[in-house]
Amino acid sequence: MSERAKSMLNHRLFWPVAVLVVMLVANTVYRPGFLSIEVNNGHLYGTPIDILRLSAPLILVALGMTLVISTGGIDLSVGSTCAISGAIACLYISRAPDQNNLVTVFTALAMALGVALALGAWNGVLVSVIGIQPIIATLILMVAGRGLAQLVTEGQIITINSGPFRAIGLGHFLTLPLAIFIALGAALLIAGLTRRTALGMIVESVGGNREASRLAGIRSARIVFLVYVVSAACAAIAGFMMTANVSSADGNNTGLWVELDAILAVVIGGTSLAGGRFYLSGTILGALIIQTLTTTVYAMNISPQTALLFKAVVVIAVCLIQAPAFRAKFSRRGRGTPPPPTPSPQRQKEEVPA
Amino acid sequence: MTSTSLTTGPSWARLPRRHVPVLVTLALLLVMYGIGVSQYRAFSNIQVIFNVFIDNGFLLVVAVGMTFVILTGGIDLSVGSVVAMTAMVSAWLLQSGLPTLLVLVIALLIGPTLGFLMGCAIHFFDLQPFIVTLAGMFFARGMCTFISDASIPITDGFWTTMSQYRIGDPRGNFVSASVLIAFAVVLVAAYVLAYTRLGRNVYAIGGNPQSALLMGLPVARTRIAVYTISGLCSAIGGILLSFYTLSGAPLIAVGMELDVIAAVVIGGTVLTGGSGYIFGTVLGVLVLGVIQTLITFDGGLSSWWTKIVIGGLLFAFILFQRLIGIRYK
Repeated sequence: MSERAKSMLNHRLFWPVAVLVVMLVANTVYRPGFLSIEVNNGHLYGTPIDILRLSAPLILVALGMTLVISTGGIDLSVGSTCAISGAIACLYISRAPDQNNLVTVFTALAMALGVALALGAWNGVLVSVIGIQPIIATLILMVAGRGLAQLVTEGQIITINSGPFRAIGLGHFLTLPLAIFIALGAALLIAGLTRRTALGMIVESVGGNREASRLAGIRSARIVFLVYVVSAACAAIAGFMMTANVSSADGNNTGLWVELDAILAVVIGGTSLAGGRFYLSGTILGALIIQTLTTTVYAMNISPQTALLFKAVVVIAVCLIQAPAFRAKFSRRGRGTPPPPTPSPQRQKEEVPA
Repeated sequence: MTSTSLTTGPSWARLPRRHVPVLVTLALLLVMYGIGVSQYRAFSNIQVIFNVFIDNGFLLVVAVGMTFVILTGGIDLSVGSVVAMTAMVSAWLLQSGLPTLLVLVIALLIGPTLGFLMGCAIHFFDLQPFIVTLAGMFFARGMCTFISDASIPITDGFWTTMSQYRIGDPRGNFVSASVLIAFAVVLVAAYVLAYTRLGRNVYAIGGNPQSALLMGLPVARTRIAVYTISGLCSAIGGILLSFYTLSGAPLIAVGMELDVIAAVVIGGTVLTGGSGYIFGTVLGVLVLGVIQTLITFDGGLSSWWTKIVIGGLLFAFILFQRLIGIRYK
């Protein structure tokens, strides 16, 4: 194997990209019109555009989740946060005299975002100040948050008829859906803040060893607090998109299981659940893979629940490919010589349940 | 791990710290029951307690399996889906005319097999339990709809007999057969955890896997065993649920894993592993059941208050465990 091919094979984005390409190719073979894009009314339409538009909320949630996971935490409450923020925004707009008023819509968004930030701060305090294990701290809000969302909507589905709010999910800008730009903007903002400044490295160092980072002069608790707030903010915007897509808020079903999809996207993207490293580009790829899989399954006329079977296969395949233990076994069998003992870096972290 | 407090103090403070969470849960349960009895006259009827067991028997069995997994410091997200898959498979096989006994055996084998495979993936490939059991959850839920999109009724004689079987006293109070099965599972599990090698290994691995390995304990076998046990408990839970509903539905028990985890945590089991009791889990399930009963009795409160109260209780208990200084990362 040439050096170049080997380095490409070992690149962390190789497998996610390969999976995505294989899925796109398989789709095109199965349905030749899959990749075609047409211009209609000055807007671009086509399956690829749909995949991008529908994956926007997942990308947003997964970006926040990436930061949380890179500190060694996990945020299970994002789905509930989506539901609460969507419900509050819809409730405010539905009570307003003129639902198309821009001021009304922005007030609603600001209010909902404010509540989401408070929820994120709650998670952050539980994890960083009180020191509760992240999976449990956020489980509280995941369970109670669904109840709160239904409390806001009083168990009903709030339907609204607001043009500006609808645009968040279905509007167009420069021929492309607005949702794509929102997700892209969030991705660029987070990437800029973490990779153009020292912030990203600080987050990773806190994920690597919180106590050592604190002794090195990093305010670890503050960083941990911050990532949960960012995650909640991302979830809130994703919640706006989900509710805007259907112009209604359903406290029970908005963002249901999005936390699992988001964690999946992060893991597919190569970020370890043990923390210490994060790859935003991998996360976005992961989200695209999940949405492409869902779209593929819909296009093949398989029930959406059965799509979970395929998801299970993808999860296990990606995790196995990325697991050092599996790679070591695989390459030993392939080459016939035992590989040098690879010290697994996550050994110390084994006892942390995720 | 703080097993016993070495400091001398007043005699009540010498209570082993690991017993405190269970006792607090017990106190909470008694207080909630007291509130119920003082507010509603019908609440003091013994049948109310029996109904809590009848309605939550399958939850109890699944929570027992989850306690094993959490004691080793792992987590099993697949339980709700496995419950649904077991009910679905048995309904489907019965519909296609297989003998009852064969269906029972097959249904009880699927869960442990899936659990065994997940345990192997977790142990041999160093994968996170969270992700592996998430895949298991997707797989089992997908299988449900793969079998059928609609719910399948069960008309088998054995199932209907078990469903209607009542054990009661002359005054009309009764429990169903499921409750007895659930109790049997609880007793066996409590015995295994307290008095067998497997049980002590589970605690040792939860306390510190490295130390357990260095001590020469069979870490691999134990870790795979707990996921298999959890799978078996989910399968039994699935059978009990199908006794209860007399059908297999693809979307039943969605989100049940959260209730189960909440019950185990409220029961005083520490999520990093190594500390907790089956008895606590029983109390945790009872707390959830009594909350639902209270909300039903009130009539004015909507169903979503259940979730908010459970969330609040989770918070209170975790904070409490933190305050009394149980090892909690």
